[in-house]
Amino acid sequence: MTKTGKMGALVIALLLSVTLLAGGSGFASDGTVIVDNSSAISWWIWPLLLLVVTFIMGVAAVLGGVGGGVLFVPIISGFFPFHLDFVRGAGLLVALAGALAAGPGLLKMNLASLRLAIPVGLIASTFAIIGAMVGLALPTQVVQIALGVTIIGICILMLVAKKSTVPDVPKADQISSVLRIYGIYQEASTGEIIDWKIHRTWQGLLLFVTIGIMAGMFGLGAGWANVPVLNLLMGAPLKISVATSKFLLSITDTSAAWVYLNQGCVIPMIVVPSLIGIMVGSFVGVRLLRVAKPGLVRWIVIGMLAFAGLKALSKGLGF
Amino acid sequence: MKGDPRKSLQASPEQIVYAEVLEKGMLLGLVLILASFGLYVLGIIKPYIPLNEISKYWSYSVGEYLQVAKIHQGWWWIQMLGYGDFLNFIGIAFLAGVTIICFLVIVPVLWKNDDKLYTAFAILEAVILSLAASGILGGGGH
Repeated sequence: MTKTGKMGALVIALLLSVTLLAGGSGFASDGTVIVDNSSAISWWIWPLLLLVVTFIMGVAAVLGGVGGGVLFVPIISGFFPFHLDFVRGAGLLVALAGALAAGPGLLKMNLASLRLAIPVGLIASTFAIIGAMVGLALPTQVVQIALGVTIIGICILMLVAKKSTVPDVPKADQISSVLRIYGIYQEASTGEIIDWKIHRTWQGLLLFVTIGIMAGMFGLGAGWANVPVLNLLMGAPLKISVATSKFLLSITDTSAAWVYLNQGCVIPMIVVPSLIGIMVGSFVGVRLLRVAKPGLVRWIVIGMLAFAGLKALSKGLGF
Repeated sequence: MKGDPRKSLQASPEQIVYAEVLEKGMLLGLVLILASFGLYVLGIIKPYIPLNEISKYWSYSVGEYLQVAKIHQGWWWIQMLGYGDFLNFIGIAFLAGVTIICFLVIVPVLWKNDDKLYTAFAILEAVILSLAASGILGGGGH
């Protein structure tokens, strides 16, 4: 086996073993009151396991090309004894921290566009507040079912959505012209200067209403939805879309995170190990990206998401 | 309106200012979180909920948790900063608040560039995020 193959196998083995380890524990602790089960083992086992799982998640997120938040909520709520309310609060803070860490570099490199992010973020963050309020008001079972359906939808989106490196935008629409949402960037791999503009702005802004609501309701982060809308619908180049989406999460998730924080859905013993695990995992994932096989890991990530989505669905339906 | 961003590969002035503030705020927030978590988990500062009892609470819904642990919603945690677990909220709240600071900081830059529309957007965003942070907007909390 080549070095690349060994590295890929190692990542996959880690992903599977930790998922199974967490999964095994979670199946034993299904239900709303698991006090007896949790108190049967030392309190520090769960935060330690959370640190390990989120580290793997951070690695997998980078290699699989997804955000940490979208993996965090379904997997942690499915297999850990934490109530969904606290998992969603932690999920938003995990996604927020990742976006805050990446944002400055992306803005300075002019890959994330502040002019594109501000109007979109204004809509998404407003509706994320509404989504968070609705999500906290709905019965947990209903949110679990909706989460399961959404995660399975995300898997399908990941399987079928195409990407366009530089979409053809014949003419900027009136709204984007008034807002001056356009720019240039240099493609590092070819040295080519790419002149970009967007179209279908109002349709895109409208979709960010839904994206904001879902981000707030499920605490998922929303990169999975931001990128297709910015890239495929509005016509921003892929690199601008990915970078702006990552930065955008820092705005969208801020508003929803405050709602969860003010409602009491933040337990530091869940949040901090998750933050550390995801951030260190992302750092290692970037290093592994040079030698691992991202395509294969992406399939594993989709598989893990589908499994977690089905688990959320089954929990919500009471199976 | 001055400074067409399309004419340059460089980020616009407001984007650079935003990035600089975001970077400093993010680093400070992370340091605060790591430091306070260290004090909490090492038992240097006594927590409100003892570490060996925390697993009794995290499986409750937020409504049950607040009731059983006698914790209040909103900014009540500020009164509880003497406890190790609540001390962590300083860093968490700072991280959640840094975006508001970023939007306020770029307002003068946008105004100076005669970019009235984006000045209004930045102010509106800061107001919306502050409203969320204020705790005025309540949720269900089942």
